[in-house]
Amino acid sequence: MTESHKATIAKQFIEALPHSRALGLCLRDIGDGMAEMALPYDARFVGDPSTGVLAGGVVTALLDTCAGASVLMREEVTAATATLDLRIDYMRAAEPGRELIARAECYRVTKSVAFVRAEAWTDSRDRPVATAAGAFTVATGAATS
Amino acid sequence: MKRPEPVQVIKQRRDAALRALIGQIPYIQFLGIEFDRRGDELTAILRFDEKLIGNPMLPALHGGVTGAFLEIAAVIELTWASVWDDMESGALKVESLEDGAPPPLPKTIDITIDYLRPGLPRDAYARARVNRSGRRYASVHVEAWQDNRDRLFAQATGHFLMPTRNG
Repeated sequence: MTESHKATIAKQFIEALPHSRALGLCLRDIGDGMAEMALPYDARFVGDPSTGVLAGGVVTALLDTCAGASVLMREEVTAATATLDLRIDYMRAAEPGRELIARAECYRVTKSVAFVRAEAWTDSRDRPVATAAGAFTVATGAATS
Repeated sequence: MKRPEPVQVIKQRRDAALRALIGQIPYIQFLGIEFDRRGDELTAILRFDEKLIGNPMLPALHGGVTGAFLEIAAVIELTWASVWDDMESGALKVESLEDGAPPPLPKTIDITIDYLRPGLPRDAYARARVNRSGRRYASVHVEAWQDNRDRLFAQATGHFLMPTRNG
């Protein structure tokens, strides 16, 4: 499968996920083992009404989706993936009213596990809202026995 | 000795406090999370909805939804624990919660989510346990299950920065 073909499939697949659609996620950029996505600001996703700051959970949803997409963008990965574990560190509040952007890199794939790093920011990538590290399942397409 | 308050009065006060706490958070409404209360014990309930699906082929709950559900259960448990103490001691009046002065919420420092099995397309439940709650930091563990309490589909541990309390 060529990279651009894979990218088309990944884009269609990711944007078709019911929860991604509910959040209004859009894929900004994809490459080999990499994905960048944006979440538009929405008052329904607020976690603290006194400040208008997005809920931590929606940041988690964005990072998880983006991380999963980066796994699918690895050449070795030919089937769906699922999150095994995900750790999120919150550095600062997401700026209210601004879209939240996430970028994930799947930096290593073994026979059964894919490892991902990701970060999310609003105004500047140098000042992340959150960073994440995760492990994902890998089905290589080879017959398992 | 003072006569204890009638049970309905106590119940009503506690339920009103919980409603005021939950009702203030838009994202809880968006995901459709409810809370069941037995005494001071809370169970978070995630009502199944098509929009919570991640992989439509399986189908399974979106990993981000599961993570968000666990985090909300943890944050509410932590806040509820302090609301409960203040309410029972009389320091907090439920009317003040309902009049738009909701309790300040803790901020998540980090959360580690452990996905044990796929989330099935049906209701999910979660209960959180505050393992340590200091003046500044708290550590909370939370477990989620669906059909069977003994077969967790996800769990998480999070650290939280407690809101500064004036007065």
